Amino acid sequence: MKIGSRALLLILQNAPYILFVVLLVVFGLMSDRFFAIANFRNIIIQAAPIAILAIGMTFVLLTAQIDLSVGGIMYLTATVLALYMTGAPWPVGLAAVIFMGGFIGALNGVVVTRLGVASFIVTLATLFILRGIAMYLSNTRTLMFGDEILTLNRATVLGIPSAIFAFLVVFAVAWVILHQTPFGRQVYAVGGDPEAARKAGLPVARIVFFCFVIAGICAGVGGFVSITQIGAVGPKYGDQIEFSAIAAAVLGGVSLFGGRGSVAGTVFGAILIKSVQNGLNIINADPYIYPLVTAAIIFLAVAIDGLRTRIIERLERRTIRPVSVE
Amino acid sequence: MTGASTPFLRVEGVRKSFFGVTVLHDVSFAVEAGKALGLVGENGSGKSTSMNILGGVIQPEAGSMFLGGEAYAPADPKQAAAAGVAFIHQELNLFHNLTVEENLFVDAFPRRGVLPLIDRRAIRASTEEVLAEVDLQVKPSTLVAKLSQGERQLVEIAKAVSRNARLIIFDEPTTSLTRPEVERLFAIIERLKQRGIAIIYISHALEDVISVCETITVLRDGHLAGTAPKDDLTLQQIIAMMVGRSIDTIYPQRLRSGGGDRIFSVSGLSQPGVAENVSFDIRQGEIVGLSGLMGSGRSELARMIFGLDPFRRGVITINGKPLNDPTPRSAMDAGIAFLTEDRRGEGLLMDFTVSENTVLASLRSVAGALGILDKRAISRVSLDMASAMRLSTDRVDDTQVKHLSGGNQQKVVIGKWLRRQPVLFILDEPTRGIDVGAKQEVYRIINGLVERGSAVLLISSEIEELMGLSDRILALSRGEMVGSFDSKPFDREAIMAAAAGVGKLEAAE
Repeated sequence: MKIGSRALLLILQNAPYILFVVLLVVFGLMSDRFFAIANFRNIIIQAAPIAILAIGMTFVLLTAQIDLSVGGIMYLTATVLALYMTGAPWPVGLAAVIFMGGFIGALNGVVVTRLGVASFIVTLATLFILRGIAMYLSNTRTLMFGDEILTLNRATVLGIPSAIFAFLVVFAVAWVILHQTPFGRQVYAVGGDPEAARKAGLPVARIVFFCFVIAGICAGVGGFVSITQIGAVGPKYGDQIEFSAIAAAVLGGVSLFGGRGSVAGTVFGAILIKSVQNGLNIINADPYIYPLVTAAIIFLAVAIDGLRTRIIERLERRTIRPVSVE
Repeated sequence: MTGASTPFLRVEGVRKSFFGVTVLHDVSFAVEAGKALGLVGENGSGKSTSMNILGGVIQPEAGSMFLGGEAYAPADPKQAAAAGVAFIHQELNLFHNLTVEENLFVDAFPRRGVLPLIDRRAIRASTEEVLAEVDLQVKPSTLVAKLSQGERQLVEIAKAVSRNARLIIFDEPTTSLTRPEVERLFAIIERLKQRGIAIIYISHALEDVISVCETITVLRDGHLAGTAPKDDLTLQQIIAMMVGRSIDTIYPQRLRSGGGDRIFSVSGLSQPGVAENVSFDIRQGEIVGLSGLMGSGRSELARMIFGLDPFRRGVITINGKPLNDPTPRSAMDAGIAFLTEDRRGEGLLMDFTVSENTVLASLRSVAGALGILDKRAISRVSLDMASAMRLSTDRVDDTQVKHLSGGNQQKVVIGKWLRRQPVLFILDEPTRGIDVGAKQEVYRIINGLVERGSAVLLISSEIEELMGLSDRILALSRGEMVGSFDSKPFDREAIMAAAAGVGKLEAAE
């Protein structure tokens, strides 16, 4: 049984990669356009906003919390930018969304850590509040951005398209934070065993708080990258993107139960999700089937996570007497 | 090393009480640097309270402590740690998803200059150093999840060493270790002593205590029962000091039927790492006590019988019929009732009323046509239960279980099972956390169960309770049945010795 569990675990842990290869083969067989280099570049450009969001989500998920408000943060920060900062140079706009995103994330973090309300509820509430404020401010109109923002989409840095560059920067920073700073390792500690973290004297509340701040900042930045691509912000902007972000993280191996996963996996998950949408697009699938397929993938991701956690628990069960060697 | 040096830790006349009950009466003991003190006593003898005081978790009401010649009065665990007192608990405090080196430094990573970056090279170097110190040959970058239980414990010790602990307290360190791991641990403890670290070693496994410690202090009922160099004590003497009193008269008499048919049996039950070839049987109207230390597999055995945990081999027979691959449902249908160790967690729904809890295990019997619950039937059944159990309230429909006392909660748990008239009751620590008066009532109820023809498997950490109630006592150690003790009077010391894993004592038929 134990060996069977380990084999199953191995498959589950690599399920996203297996899925990815299968999808590549299927789409590749159905359309020769899918395998074009330009298409892969497109997929990564399209995946950039959601990957950035999902990277922020990873921090929150690692502490066994959840942030459902990222789509709202994205919508509100972009709306404020379109309404009040049309003439500002883009770096000012970027700084503004970073600040606003971080501030909203801090509000989430304070309510979760100080008032002890479940993050699921808190961020669900802030999601609706933020969307509500944005719709109120914009009268539910679709707002267009000027050339200052739009030209960014075509810009390149060192030959890399700006969206990909932004996403690489966020990824690199997040990776360094999680793996090379005391804070990052403590994030893992808190998520892995909150009780032990408390006993070890770690500032659990502060760590969780900063994860929400990071998720907010990433939501602002992801939204910013997204508006350079779309050029407009309307009531459907960022709608339900929180689920894609969570799905990307979970597909990439981040556990909803905290303590396990990495941003590299998350990025992979985001690219996987976008590949599916891109592939469906290329084979001219019925647009109404997109949500079904995306939902199926999310479901799969969560089911895999649950199964994986159960197996790991079984493998780590404490034994009373030595297990005889097989 | 001089024998007459002043002790490194001195505890003098420490007293502590909770809610007016004194749990520690002027207890004193001392440990020298480089020596080990064994602290033994039954459950409730005051060991944990003493350790909580040493660790700064609670503060004593009287008495004083000195550490390295200075007054020592930690206000919280952090101060205790800063003073160089480290604990190695049975449940280790490690993060499985971090590496060994990260675990050692998780709350105080060294940084690279002013940057908020971990100085990986520094933690690697000092981790390698302390790992060599505790003789653990793993890479500092290994995930703790990949280590065995024994290796994890060494990581915890390495952590204590890396923080310059001067007193290390081991609390039941060997319960989940294999024998070679135990030997290795003892070698490490020896090495720690040579470094001048003082050790306090707490364990129920008395042979281990004797082989590790120079001095042994025995606590009993919160009093100091005695302290002596280990060479002056035999195992039997230690046990006698721990026990030291006769069974009180709190155990009600019951009519002994002399045992009916064998209605329940387990044979060859095995599960790797948990149980090895466990066999026993219980007769109708018989109370069989199951004795064993924490972590001996008592509760796990009960969980396997009730279908909560899997087992690989073995046959369970109830009423002459085999119970194959039990699930809680099939076990219940076969007539097994299980009172879990954790009333709050598993046995009762605290926010529900007495009535709701009463019928939970037998909902079908109070449902009318179409499976709709009959409220009046529920009330009637619950009231019957309440009077049979002599519950403190008869407002069964309005009283939430969380508002009952511990003893009354236990009555509800037993009462709800009674409705099903079980063949076998498995009671796991039925009197934990309830006061003496309520205990007595629970004892009466247990006697009532067998008088009504049920069989009882009683699991308890309190040897006296087992002796007071059981017809027969089985001893379990490390998942193996190591003794069966029959006929009163029980040989308390033999039972304790067996449970402590001191050789395998054969049963007197």
